[in-house]
Amino acid sequence: MEPHQHNERCKEVFALLSDYLNLELPPEACQEIEAHIAACPPCVEFTESLRKTVDLCRRYRPGELPAPMGQEAKAQLLEAYGRMLTARTSGQPG
Amino acid sequence: MEREREAQLARRLIAGDPEAFDHFVDYFRAKIYHYSWLMCGHREDAEEVAQETLLKVFESAEQLREPEKVRPWIFRIAKNACLMKRRKSVFAPSRELSLDEFLPAKNWDGDRVRIEIADWSLLPDGMVLQSEMRELLEKAIRELPEMYRSVILLRDMEELSIQETAHILDISDDVVKTRLHRARLATRQTLDEYLRGNRVEEGGKQLGTTPAQ
Repeated sequence: MEPHQHNERCKEVFALLSDYLNLELPPEACQEIEAHIAACPPCVEFTESLRKTVDLCRRYRPGELPAPMGQEAKAQLLEAYGRMLTARTSGQPG
Repeated sequence: MEREREAQLARRLIAGDPEAFDHFVDYFRAKIYHYSWLMCGHREDAEEVAQETLLKVFESAEQLREPEKVRPWIFRIAKNACLMKRRKSVFAPSRELSLDEFLPAKNWDGDRVRIEIADWSLLPDGMVLQSEMRELLEKAIRELPEMYRSVILLRDMEELSIQETAHILDISDDVVKTRLHRARLATRQTLDEYLRGNRVEEGGKQLGTTPAQ
């Protein structure tokens, strides 16, 4: 098959690539995509680049942490936590 | 698994384990701060969102029926706190992204069709992102219109499920899928442009990545 004949099919695959990478497609659709990709080098390259994009997002960890919490903010949270525990204890039977 | 550890932490917190409070606050404060920072764009706002979210968490802890769902539960509270805090004109303006704008350009190369694409093989799998790549990814995410940015942050960075993301953002599962795909394509495009514009001499090293431990 000539590469240019893949165009419409490439677009269909392109529209489904995230679902494909997320394994959210029915098996038949998955097989069809794989069959197309196997014969279409541009789709292989593109799919790989999208897969790596997702991989980078999953591996991403922030480089910066928030500034240490101020004493007032921490006291406010501790107080709220204390109220939460009290409410739970008083709400329990017995 | 991270989610299982979070569930255990939530159970200990609810049970009143004195050590759980500090761990819980440190862990989720950093997570919420970071999400809010990428969503709101201001560090002060992100810190306030983190504080307000944690306060709300303690005030409404009785609503956390399933500790294993503590992450989506907290992110729903954080999303609402973020909306309250949002300032105008932060990052990318709101607009719909269409699939067509991300279709790679094609060229004939002799008798073959080639797409215009960077050499992604220079970006090996299993890499820990170093500052350059991390900043580039942050830039790509920030350039996304907000409705796409929130989906990719929750789905791909926080690894929440479609259903959890849909519930947090008050949208349908199908809308989550549609927006996620467009968000990924836009992010891919930004990274691709960067990879094409940068001469890469030593593969991952030049790209600011190091092997995962």
